[in-house]
Amino acid sequence: MLTGAGIIRFTTITAILCWVGLTIVDPVIYFEVKNNVDTGLPRFLSELFLTGYIIALYFYYQRRLADTDNLNFTDLLWRVFVTGLIATIISVCLQFFLSFFSGSKLAEHWLLLSFVYHINIGLILAFIISTFLVWKKLVLYQKTKSLLNTWHIFEYAFLGSLILYFFPHVRFNLLFSLIFAFLVGLGLVITPNLKWIAFLNFKQKWKSILLILLIILYLGYFLTYLFNNLGNELVISDLTHHVSVLAIFAFIILYAIASLLVTLFNLPTTSVFEQKLEEVVNFQRLSQPRQTGQNQEEIYDILLESAMSATFASAAWFELNHDNQNPELIAKNIGKKKIGQLAEKLKNQKHKITKLSGLTPKKMGGAGIVAHNIKDSDFKSVLVYPLEGQDERIGTMVLLKEVSDGFNKDVVNIVSTFGNQAAISIENYRLLQSAIENERYREELSIAKRVHKSLLPSTLESNDHFNITAYSKSADQVGGDYYDTHQISQDKFAFIIGDVSGKGTSAAFNMSQMKGVFHSLAQLDLDPKEFLNKANAALGRCLERTSFITLSYYVLDTSSGTIEFSRAGHCPSLFYKDAEMKVDYLKSKGLGLGIIRNQEYCKYIEVNKLKYSPGDLLVMYTDGITEAKNPQNIEFGYDRLKQVVQDNARGSVTEIQEALISSLHDFTQIEEIEDDFTTMILKFK
Amino acid sequence: MQISSDSEEGNYIITIDGDVDASSSIRLDEAIGKAVEEGQQQILIDCRNLNYISSAGLGVFMSYLEELKAKSIQMVLFGLSEKVSNVFNLLGLDQLLNIKHTKEQAKQQLNG
Repeated sequence: MLTGAGIIRFTTITAILCWVGLTIVDPVIYFEVKNNVDTGLPRFLSELFLTGYIIALYFYYQRRLADTDNLNFTDLLWRVFVTGLIATIISVCLQFFLSFFSGSKLAEHWLLLSFVYHINIGLILAFIISTFLVWKKLVLYQKTKSLLNTWHIFEYAFLGSLILYFFPHVRFNLLFSLIFAFLVGLGLVITPNLKWIAFLNFKQKWKSILLILLIILYLGYFLTYLFNNLGNELVISDLTHHVSVLAIFAFIILYAIASLLVTLFNLPTTSVFEQKLEEVVNFQRLSQPRQTGQNQEEIYDILLESAMSATFASAAWFELNHDNQNPELIAKNIGKKKIGQLAEKLKNQKHKITKLSGLTPKKMGGAGIVAHNIKDSDFKSVLVYPLEGQDERIGTMVLLKEVSDGFNKDVVNIVSTFGNQAAISIENYRLLQSAIENERYREELSIAKRVHKSLLPSTLESNDHFNITAYSKSADQVGGDYYDTHQISQDKFAFIIGDVSGKGTSAAFNMSQMKGVFHSLAQLDLDPKEFLNKANAALGRCLERTSFITLSYYVLDTSSGTIEFSRAGHCPSLFYKDAEMKVDYLKSKGLGLGIIRNQEYCKYIEVNKLKYSPGDLLVMYTDGITEAKNPQNIEFGYDRLKQVVQDNARGSVTEIQEALISSLHDFTQIEEIEDDFTTMILKFK
Repeated sequence: MQISSDSEEGNYIITIDGDVDASSSIRLDEAIGKAVEEGQQQILIDCRNLNYISSAGLGVFMSYLEELKAKSIQMVLFGLSEKVSNVFNLLGLDQLLNIKHTKEQAKQQLNG
């Protein structure tokens, strides 16, 4: 198959060859007829070359126009106009040349006249065929199947009718007339397909009218030329003998006139059509998803603009209910001062306002839209449109017109449509924002959780004199449970268990400070009271005003078998004496860290000392255990905890720990306990 | 949680009804803050209907300790349930706050 460029090349060459052939053959035939001689040249060559020329041109322009899908209609018309202009200019120049030299021998020589005539018919055919194919494009814009079928019949009939030219005896007889009538009839059927005109804007329509007028002028000129040469014996290839050419002329003139008239009659409604189109575009702009606050303001802007253009309002403003004190204003063609005056008027003179007839709130969807006339020097009527979101009023739009009774039901409907879409867009924007916020919060929480986990010790310090185990479970919301151990010397250990008030990142942050304080102070081998005093002083500087930390601090000396401890507002630990087989809470005076942030703190805490024996047990925990609730809203409490320890005291530390966790779950009857809870259990050997 | 501030026989009373958790503690903070700002020298806090107090609620009381002392404002809590009272005691706040059983005892503390 030939490529696009190949077809153009081939058809160009064919057309030129045919034209040259025709230009040579026709004078020869004229010479033969005039001088009654026979050169043996077949007569049909003239018909063949002319038909070949037409067909070649047809495919040439068909190919050229195939790549013009992105051209708009005025560009297409412009092409036709330019082709016509060139053809006419050449033709007129030749005419002028001939008349200039009229009288001279050269200008009246039959060979030159024949040559000029052939140039003319070449130009005419090129112009009408290119115009015909452009018209085809216009006709088939937004084609239907039946239209396409009709067009195909028309086109094939036209190509088929070319054969008729080979039979000189059917010229202008009944068959000729019938075929011509058939082609023109089909052309008439096709002519009303002028959909493209509707898509022209006002300026384009004016341009099209001008171009079509000029095209008709050219066609007229060429037709006149052809009919002037009627009967000229020099003319061998007379285009008027060609039913196809006549039919094409008829069709393109018909279509041009129809286009001209329809465009002309469409002019007054163009602005309405353009406005509708703009409304659609604005509607689409309103529906676009938005991600930033700036874009949200764009919605109000588009809403205002589209409402104004839909209602032909001369001024408008939009009052955004950010909060009730400071409404944000977006104004168009109106100053802040004037808005204030008008707003006051609207508020105060409500009873004096005359409502527009037929615009009851019910008719407008009951959304509180009001249109009415006002007494003002600048504006005579006003439309107040409240923009409602899902559950709150987003803002109020006010449209103003310089004429009274300026807002009718139709424009109010359009404004409502815009308003609804704007509300949906804003709602979507807010939903998206909250989804992002949520995602960010969850991200923060997961970071806090990781931090929390990393702050808990991976190994617990111990020696041969005791076993130790710890368990910490953090809830969905990160809390601030903390436990840790530190080996001060070979026999001396520090243990800490605590709870940082607050949740989430701030708790994790405070906990990391607590860890720092613990590891700095524990190695100083301080007694528990001194430890708490110093920890309080250190943490008092960095905790928020309402935050505090509760903890218990233990110093274990395995060489003397003693435990020293202080309690800083933390829940009291349990101590099991194996000899008495009895468990009790280690009660003592204490105060949470950060509650008093000065040296007076040490007045509120005390150091306790106890001796332990093998088999004794120290159970430290956080309030997540005692405060865990069952479905009846009853807390696990101190008594149950004590009982669990009592019942399992003879087991190993891990057995006790497991017993404690399982009895807690049995009690709460839920998989996930809401708060964090932590235990650290020591058993002495 | 419901919170209300009233003057009763010359005494300024803040009444707490319900749970003081992380979110409602903000309103408790506001109520005490308002009383302090108004220049009340004696503040009674009615905790008879206080069911539960979270660490955030305790943090509110804690955060006013210094200011009350500096301005010599007397604040007395009364009517704490055993459970709520335990929470205060455990943290050690009972050593720093004036806590009485009944309204009469609380008033006596202020007036006597």
